[in-house]
Amino acid sequence: MSKNTKINTLLLLLVAALAVLPIALGMGEGKEEPFTGADAQAEAAITELKPDYEPWFSPLYEPPSGEVESALFALQAALGAGVLAYYFGVRKGRRQGAAAAAAAAPEA
Amino acid sequence: MHIAEGFLPPLHAVAWGAASAPFVVHGVRSLTREVKANPESTLLLGASGAFTFVLSALKIPSVTGSCSHPTGTGLGAILFRPPIMAVLGTITLLFQALLLAHGGLTTLGANVFSMAIAGPWAGYAVYRLLRKSGLPLMVTVFFGAFFADLVTYCVTSVQLALAFPDPASGFAGSLAKFGGIFAVTQIPLAVSEGLLTVLVMRLLMASSKSDLVRLGVAKLTAPRTGEKAAA
Repeated sequence: MSKNTKINTLLLLLVAALAVLPIALGMGEGKEEPFTGADAQAEAAITELKPDYEPWFSPLYEPPSGEVESALFALQAALGAGVLAYYFGVRKGRRQGAAAAAAAAPEA
Repeated sequence: MHIAEGFLPPLHAVAWGAASAPFVVHGVRSLTREVKANPESTLLLGASGAFTFVLSALKIPSVTGSCSHPTGTGLGAILFRPPIMAVLGTITLLFQALLLAHGGLTTLGANVFSMAIAGPWAGYAVYRLLRKSGLPLMVTVFFGAFFADLVTYCVTSVQLALAFPDPASGFAGSLAKFGGIFAVTQIPLAVSEGLLTVLVMRLLMASSKSDLVRLGVAKLTAPRTGEKAAA
């Protein structure tokens, strides 16, 4: 493994560790629903601060179930990852093509 | 950091919309200018938007026992400057508001202000300041992305505290409450976002140094042969 690859792998491992540690250390214990979304907690806090507040507009479309919502979130991530992979693929292809052309060109 | 649909009083919703609109309009102009002047930027612009798409879809557990997501806006702000990030961030937020019922149309202005304007500008400012002090590029990228992420969630806390002051302790009490939900949760996630942004910047350095030089992010050193040909 080159030094570059090692550093990149280490970066990914660090990110994974940061995500797993709160669960492994049981930071959600003692909560009614551990690891809910912060957005939902904010909604609950609003209702607490102003119990008579009624949302005055509702989403035009709501995913019919948690599963469908997860699927759409996965779709969002997949779209992003796909475009990123396409970008790096194109760059790599260009570099390889240029290198091949340079190698094939007669010595000037 | 998404404020849910209908969860901002109409007056606040309109005010944040009015505050955000000029930034987005200016951003669209910057974006078209950039694409016209440098058509080869289109691919990297797409990749920057894609990075925001991926990161804002990842809900990651945090130390407070709740989940939140990074924003992915630091990268684009550093590469293409914040006005363009206002557009890319707005597209992401629209996708989530329309298809995921995450955020909303009435709260779009407020969410755009925190994630697509305030965060990117704060991250960019930190990146530029540190760059001037001569720190290594990857250190400045880390802190740029870290602050773009964290400031987004701080602004959301302020927005909610303004709309829903605590009956007893007022704005300050309410800010502490929302800050506890958003900002504290976000600290480890901002670290994650910084690390992931450094990772992508490292991959860009290896694959597209010529673009980074043109955008003023990297300095030209003796290019490798493949790089020269690709440029």
